[in-house]
Amino acid sequence: MAKNNEVIKTPVWLNNPVVVQILGICSALAVTAKLKPAIVMGLSVTIITALSNVVISLLRKTIPNRIRIIVQLVVVAALVTIVSEILKAFAYDVSVQLSVYIGLIITNCILMGRLEAFAMQNTPWASLLDGIGNGLGYAMILIIVAFVRELFGSGALLGFQIIPQSWYVTNGGWYLNNGLMIMPPMALILVGCIIWVHRAKNEELQEK
Amino acid sequence: MAAKKFKCTICGYVHEGDQAPDKCPVCGAPKDAFEEIAEGVQAPAKKGLNTNSNVYTIIYAAVMVIIVAFLLVFVSSSLKERQNNNVIQDTKSQILASLNLAPADVASAYNDYIQMDWLMKEDGTLVKNENTFSTSYKSEFNAGRLHIFQADVDGATKYIIPMNGLGLWGAIWGYIALDADKSTVYGVYFSHASETPGLGGEIATEYFQKRFAGKTVVKDGQIVLNVTKYGTAKDASCQVDGVSGATITSKGVNSMISTVLESYKPFLLSK
Repeated sequence: MAKNNEVIKTPVWLNNPVVVQILGICSALAVTAKLKPAIVMGLSVTIITALSNVVISLLRKTIPNRIRIIVQLVVVAALVTIVSEILKAFAYDVSVQLSVYIGLIITNCILMGRLEAFAMQNTPWASLLDGIGNGLGYAMILIIVAFVRELFGSGALLGFQIIPQSWYVTNGGWYLNNGLMIMPPMALILVGCIIWVHRAKNEELQEK
Repeated sequence: MAAKKFKCTICGYVHEGDQAPDKCPVCGAPKDAFEEIAEGVQAPAKKGLNTNSNVYTIIYAAVMVIIVAFLLVFVSSSLKERQNNNVIQDTKSQILASLNLAPADVASAYNDYIQMDWLMKEDGTLVKNENTFSTSYKSEFNAGRLHIFQADVDGATKYIIPMNGLGLWGAIWGYIALDADKSTVYGVYFSHASETPGLGGEIATEYFQKRFAGKTVVKDGQIVLNVTKYGTAKDASCQVDGVSGATITSKGVNSMISTVLESYKPFLLSK
């Protein structure tokens, strides 16, 4: 088995869940119009993937093979529900902001993918690292896409105006926000560009 | 079974063939990262329980469901009071937001500003709401209980009407604060359950809500306040530009305003 160090590094770059495994694309389209929700979503997925990986890894020897997907789903759904309930009670503002994404976390294919492919065969510690690594790999792509989309689509980053107001056509300047950037298709195009760069840098991933 | 199966230990890709591929087509791992999956060969008998038996599977599922159910019930019931309290505070802060107020201490600010929680009767007169503070004005509206909050901002009377409607993906709601003439918009607040961030989600931002201030709601006995497609507002006294790129959400805001305010007409038209 690969060393722990590699378990956490591989999914961030060489085996990135979004650009190599092509998992979690749907949420990458939905939450990357602005940088802030992208960061929050990336962190939430990292935490939930790591936790559910550990739980499934602890249970892996007892889970009946025929209902393993159901068991994984129940664990993920229960974890997400508990986290959401705790947020509602102790950090209501955050839970309001996250309301849309909580559901998206349960359906995120990265979670089920990692549980099935990794946590079912590996020790809790390695699974924890794998969960964190995959979560970070996912968060990294989300943040890159959201950075570009918010900067060129809204002229801002994290809500702070970056492109000077005086440049805008409405204020007598020459600049216009790119409306296509905040549309979902642009996220797909940007992910495509990232995959292109990523493949170009990693020759072993190129299909002959 | 002629073909053997090989599984990549890095990404879990399963290859079928006589031997492992030179390179994993999914993650690019080398050949030695593959291990053969024993197919058709019975796994060596384990000590203890047979985890593949029907009885074990059923008992496992039942126990799991019971544990998870109790866990969720416990978490939910032990946090319920705090959550309800948070929802009440949040509703109150939304009502205050329509008055362009964002106080740190919502509970005391609400008591300072909001003087009465009225219900409108069919003839437009107001009676006091005897029930406790509601947090769902959608069900109140559907039940025919039309709330009007009377607020006092620096000596001037304002009326706040809760609104509910549908956006593109889900519910949208808001509060509209009117001046004492029951026709001029003092401020609005909108929020939404699941509109797209950056598009429909923009209805919850201040710059969009600022566009409503000073608009006329009632003219010649009709509700005239409306939201148009971005850039097509002609009559600045009662038309508001929608959000660019979010036509359906803007239409939802428009129909929410007209539907709800239509029901409040007896009050709005009464002197």
